[in-house]
Amino acid sequence: MTGPTGAPSLHPVATGVLIRGGRVVDATGQRVADVLVEGGRIAAVGGDLAAGMPSGVTVLDASGCVVAPGLVDLHTHLREPGDEEAETIHSGARAAARGGYTAVVAMPNTDPPLDDAAVVAAVLARGADAACEVVAGGCITRGREGRELAPLGELHDLGVRIFTDDGACLSDAGVMRRAMEYARSLPGAVIAQHAEDPALCGHGSMHEGEWSARLGVPGRPAEAESVVVDRDLRLAALTGTPLHVLHVSTAQAVESIREAKAAGLAVTAEATPHHFTLTDAACAGFDPVFKVHPPLRTAADRDAVRAGLADGTLDAIATDHAPHRTEEKERPFEEAPPGMLGLETALALTLTELVEPGLLTLEQALGALSWRPAAIAGLSDRHGGPVAPGGVANLCVFDPAATWEVDPTKLASRARNTPFAGRKLTGRVRHTVLAGRPTVVDGRCADGG
Amino acid sequence: MNHLLSIDDLDRAALDELHTLAESFLEVTGREIPKVPALRGKVVVSLFYEDSTRTRLSFETAAKRLSADVMTFAVGSSSVKKGESLRDTIQTIAAMGIDAVVVRHPSAGAAHQLARWVDASVVNAGDGRHEHPTQALLDTLTIRRHRGPAIDGLRVAIVGDVRNSRVARSDVKALALLGAEVTLVAPDTLLPPSLAGWPCTATHDLESVLGDVDVLMLLRIQRERAAEASFPSLREFTARWGLTVDRAARLGPGTLVMHPGPMNRGVEIAPEVADGPRSLIAEQVHNGVAIRMAVLWKLLSGGSGGGMVA
Amino acid sequence: MAGSRPGGRRGAPPESITTQVPTPTPDPGDGGRFVFRTRVLSATDLRRAHTRIAHEIVERNHGASGLVLVGLHTRGPAIATRIAAAIASFEGVEVPVGCLDVAFYRDDIGRRPVAPAGPTEIPVDVTDRVVVIVDDVLQTGRTARAALDALTELGRPRAVQLAVLVDRGHRELPIRADYVGKNLPTRYAEDVRVRLTDTDGVEDGIELWGPAGDGAGDGDGDEGAR
Repeated sequence: MTGPTGAPSLHPVATGVLIRGGRVVDATGQRVADVLVEGGRIAAVGGDLAAGMPSGVTVLDASGCVVAPGLVDLHTHLREPGDEEAETIHSGARAAARGGYTAVVAMPNTDPPLDDAAVVAAVLARGADAACEVVAGGCITRGREGRELAPLGELHDLGVRIFTDDGACLSDAGVMRRAMEYARSLPGAVIAQHAEDPALCGHGSMHEGEWSARLGVPGRPAEAESVVVDRDLRLAALTGTPLHVLHVSTAQAVESIREAKAAGLAVTAEATPHHFTLTDAACAGFDPVFKVHPPLRTAADRDAVRAGLADGTLDAIATDHAPHRTEEKERPFEEAPPGMLGLETALALTLTELVEPGLLTLEQALGALSWRPAAIAGLSDRHGGPVAPGGVANLCVFDPAATWEVDPTKLASRARNTPFAGRKLTGRVRHTVLAGRPTVVDGRCADGG
Repeated sequence: MNHLLSIDDLDRAALDELHTLAESFLEVTGREIPKVPALRGKVVVSLFYEDSTRTRLSFETAAKRLSADVMTFAVGSSSVKKGESLRDTIQTIAAMGIDAVVVRHPSAGAAHQLARWVDASVVNAGDGRHEHPTQALLDTLTIRRHRGPAIDGLRVAIVGDVRNSRVARSDVKALALLGAEVTLVAPDTLLPPSLAGWPCTATHDLESVLGDVDVLMLLRIQRERAAEASFPSLREFTARWGLTVDRAARLGPGTLVMHPGPMNRGVEIAPEVADGPRSLIAEQVHNGVAIRMAVLWKLLSGGSGGGMVA
Repeated sequence: MAGSRPGGRRGAPPESITTQVPTPTPDPGDGGRFVFRTRVLSATDLRRAHTRIAHEIVERNHGASGLVLVGLHTRGPAIATRIAAAIASFEGVEVPVGCLDVAFYRDDIGRRPVAPAGPTEIPVDVTDRVVVIVDDVLQTGRTARAALDALTELGRPRAVQLAVLVDRGHRELPIRADYVGKNLPTRYAEDVRVRLTDTDGVEDGIELWGPAGDGAGDGDGDEGAR
């Protein structure tokens, strides 16, 4: 639980937790160690802590597992308020916990949107006892219409740090500039952009290229992303405000961000597992489960995203978890809403597609999934931090060698729209600990979900 | 063959077979009573989410001439509710016991999705900008009836809004299957964003193909395209890409002119040319019923091969 | 063309995209299921048969006028042509010959693969004419039944008669032939194979083949006729 100032208000835990037999991996390195958690914080990290342990401690077996800081998702759609049949704050948080997440930033494109202090407060209150920490993202503009600024200061007072109109692109350069300039007066505020120029995208439903031409589906060109990214980078240089680019999907944008970082600009960026795994060829069967904005792109774009994660150009892996009711995703391809699930497969896809082939080390992968997004979201005081005595016990325990097959009917999410149904993955969460309280034990939610 | 969703579903032999079957059905349509009991007792549903009386009637006529029963669900009548999901609609219909469904929908891939939800045979009558396979079958049948069964190397130009044309996509595939050489003629705004892998060439210049093309196929240009800034005006489009009387006069003596309809007279084709001696437009419509009979027959009669116990 | 609607398509139909003459039927490729038993009719026998049928047709119909011979694919049209040639030679009258495909009138559509075996082209209007359907083998009678339905849709013949080279029995419908080249009682499991130079590229003949592996004692073929 977190209060308005962001300091952890810890749920008093009557018993401690011992995570035994695992390999601790965090930003400082790797070591075989047990982890003892008491009172919501890490009490000890070391060899064989079982001896001399107080009675009544819950033991979580971590043999063969990695013990890491809990994962942090910068980009989750919890659909509450407005579309609770697809997902609720609680079901989404359970899905997050199953995926090893201890914190998610809830995207503000709800109905009503998070452009109002009362709605944000309600969401935070609702999420206070959820299976992961729910942090609210706030809209940049009222109603996400891209014209008038939302009450950024009021939202900031409630703890909002990431501001985005996600789902929509803030395409008016003048409004984007003013939003960035105003945000400089809000410490820790980050302006995050869904970079897809609407005029270039039109009614496109997939990447504009060979496949869209063949399938007769109007496309969304790569340039729709890169022209906005290039423009926003210039505006970020002009205003000095931290810019975060959501779900980078094109080689062009990766290149621009790389150059901007080399020039010293304060820009961060994220990429989704579906963008580093799938390509537009997946749309060949017209299955709307593969429809997403920004769309799945070419193999070259996918490879550029992977390279961007490998060299740190892209700081974080974020899921853009986008649940939809089944009947919505069964509509014809051009009419179906865009978006895919992501929370429960992100870690496994990262391990299978990036770590196993040697593109990222395990530390780099966990950095992208945990401490780097924690830093961007301003949560480093309690998430992503080194697994050391005194730290808040937000932890993820996973078996990097466990293989499993994705079954949409067995997910914690209320929705089923995962493009990875039937896919065999390596790497599975065994336990998740939120502020000292286990939320997932042996792969199942602690509350039975 | 279970469905006809795309020309990709056919190989050369299958396409030839459909054309041969269509010949038999052309004979049937020429009779006093143009009807055979072949598909008696079969139920064919036409499910049209786009307004298209011509194509729908062509399919329904084809079904009725085979003595099949026809059920019509067309948008604009209360039987197709915009809110009801495509899946619910087709599964409700299928529960009444159907053998085939002919579907037209504004979204690409609708026919493919339908085929996953029903056991009946699905015929794609046009899905967004993706494909319109029976149009390509009747277009190629019409060409072969004039130029002979072998059209390898035949030069065909397709002129107009290729980017947004499901007819063009299907025609290019069918013509390639038959060995014809296809050229697309349009400004870049009306060509697909990528022609990689397409078995055809492209040019902006209609004048350059007039002299040595065997078949000129014109596509309908929609007024909305001008509003989308795909070209400045219909007038300019006609001036640069329309088959005017003047351009028609410069075609070779045997060049055939085709149009899938409905035509914008005076825009992509001059009225005099549309009604003139080179134009195969009426024949295309006539052949349409026969080819659709062939498709329904092939899907619902259980296949090919001869041999009956006399 | 017979049966065309008034004001139909302009001009004569262009040459069909398929060849007019059906390609010779290859041997069933039955993989040794059948073995040759005996030659039932030789080329000479066949010639005499179609000549006799030609005489019987003219005799029954009191002359050769008002007739049309309609052969059923695949071999019917060739046989009909020979009969017509015979009539022309002794009667001096050219009887029109047409061909008919019955695929769309079969009663087993949907049960087994079916496809037209050739075009339907009858050069005269069948209304008020005597139509003689010509086929090579008559067995169950279902083909003849289908041909009757097809003819009815092309017009209203004054009469329909049936001429076959071989009647091998095992009728399943109340159909009988008016003119028969040879009555050949067979077992149901046996196979009667007609070969004509025009359609099969080999010397004329009719052969009887039987099932391989077991001798003649297969029981009478009347049971389980399907």
